[in-house]
Amino acid sequence: MRKVYMDNVAATPLWPEVREAMLPFLGEVFGNPQSLHAWGDGARDALEQAREQVAALIGGTAEEIIFTSSGTEANNMAVKGLARAKADQGKHIVISAIEHFSIMNSARTLQKEGFEVSMVPVDGFGVVSPDEVLKHVRNDTVLVSIMHANGEVGTIEPVAEIAGRLGRDGPVLHTDAVASSGNIPVDVRELGVHALSLAGNQFNGPRGGAALWVKRGVRMLPLMDGGIQEGGRRPGTEDVPAIVGLGKAAEMAATTLTARMQKLSALRHSLIDGVLGKVEHSILTGHPLQRLPGYASFCIKFIEGESILMLLNSHGIAAASGSACTSRALKASHVLLAMGVDHEAAQGSMLFTLGIDTNQEDVDYVVEKLPQVVDRLRQMSPLYSKFLKEQRG
Amino acid sequence: MPVYSEKVMQHFMNPHNVGEIENADGVGEIGNPVCGDMMTFYIKVKDNRLEDVKYKTFGCGAAIAVSSIVSDMVKGKTLEEALTVTPAMVAKELEGLPKNKLHCSNLGAQALRKAIKNYALSHKVDMPGLTDTEEPEEDEHACET
Ligand code: FES
Repeated sequence: MRKVYMDNVAATPLWPEVREAMLPFLGEVFGNPQSLHAWGDGARDALEQAREQVAALIGGTAEEIIFTSSGTEANNMAVKGLARAKADQGKHIVISAIEHFSIMNSARTLQKEGFEVSMVPVDGFGVVSPDEVLKHVRNDTVLVSIMHANGEVGTIEPVAEIAGRLGRDGPVLHTDAVASSGNIPVDVRELGVHALSLAGNQFNGPRGGAALWVKRGVRMLPLMDGGIQEGGRRPGTEDVPAIVGLGKAAEMAATTLTARMQKLSALRHSLIDGVLGKVEHSILTGHPLQRLPGYASFCIKFIEGESILMLLNSHGIAAASGSACTSRALKASHVLLAMGVDHEAAQGSMLFTLGIDTNQEDVDYVVEKLPQVVDRLRQMSPLYSKFLKEQRG
Repeated sequence: MPVYSEKVMQHFMNPHNVGEIENADGVGEIGNPVCGDMMTFYIKVKDNRLEDVKYKTFGCGAAIAVSSIVSDMVKGKTLEEALTVTPAMVAKELEGLPKNKLHCSNLGAQALRKAIKNYALSHKVDMPGLTDTEEPEEDEHACET
């Protein structure tokens, strides 16, 4: 049976070059970067090289990179660390309604500490409008955090415009660029942000290698207390293999970016056209154009996501869904609901995320199998038979 | 994907008795507004027995397997026997369900019960404990447990 992996949002395969780069650090080069001897030097050199590589990917400088264990950690550090550092100037922060849980729940923690949180709504495409952001900013707003691209529908947000509107003297602006970094051009100066999160596992690097970029001169409190690693902002012995992998992945991402974007955009177009053309009563979710190259997301009416995933899996296809039944908490995706998708349609949400190994045959295979799966589930769906009866009058 | 037993997977991949019964003697529909699951059972009754049972299900893999196994469990049984089926029995027949999917097993028993009640009321059959009681309110938060 053909195997088609279209769940790159959940995990990406390592570039072989990344694995190669990491291996010595799981073997002979085991030293602690902080040690003052040859073993330490080897590890430290590798750490600093990775810092350069990550900085280069996003147009920052190496000193501004703080390595973290995950995008979640980077987001926690940014939201809590940046807001707490400014608590004496104000206790209000602004986030969007479609942020990742690591942002949402960090904001909730701040709420318990006395901060007020405003949530900016999005439109039907999942776009955060700069006007809306501005409307929520107050005199005591110390932090705005708006994601660069959404990891469930792929919509790319107008972060640079938001930064421009907030102005030089505005609040600190953080962007969660975990979904976008390595997949579309990301340049911290062009975006005009003060802090940016990224994670290597979204661009074929290893898990455990992620980073927060914080602009020089911007104050941030650490999440953990400890030693002097990462300038004291992220203490704890460095995960050198993961960081080396992140660095190499950043380099690979930068050199392959244009070609990869072209290839993935073409494949994604083909998948979207195929699915919308062959599956009746299906809609595209997210912005039709302003979206991550490899993201094809849909709502397929009258059926439920988990059962779609299970049948796709039986055909060797991996995808994801934001349905209530697929989530452990049995709640429909907050992103889809914020976009105005109703509960019933959200149940049929599907997300295909294409990656470096995806080819046209994979797309064709999904376009062939998905309609069969949908048909089969609709044959047993009471909603579908109701719909048909109503249609017949 | 939740870890399902082999039995759940079998019923999910090849659900038994899917469909609708035209001119059914009883129809029972149960829905959960929170996670959106919905199940409709159709029954044909002859001599107080469930001569035929069919259903349609909108929901997760567990919900589909539940409706399939419930239809198997009660087909050919008397109405009274069918009413003794509990969610726990359904889950057991399926060799267990993941904890956060147990609520899906309620749907099957509830939808079937509703279908039998619908039959009893429309055919003027007295069934103590069923036709003379109010159905409990549908549990709006079953999915959040
Ligand atoms: S039908 Fe929603 S979790 Fe089973």
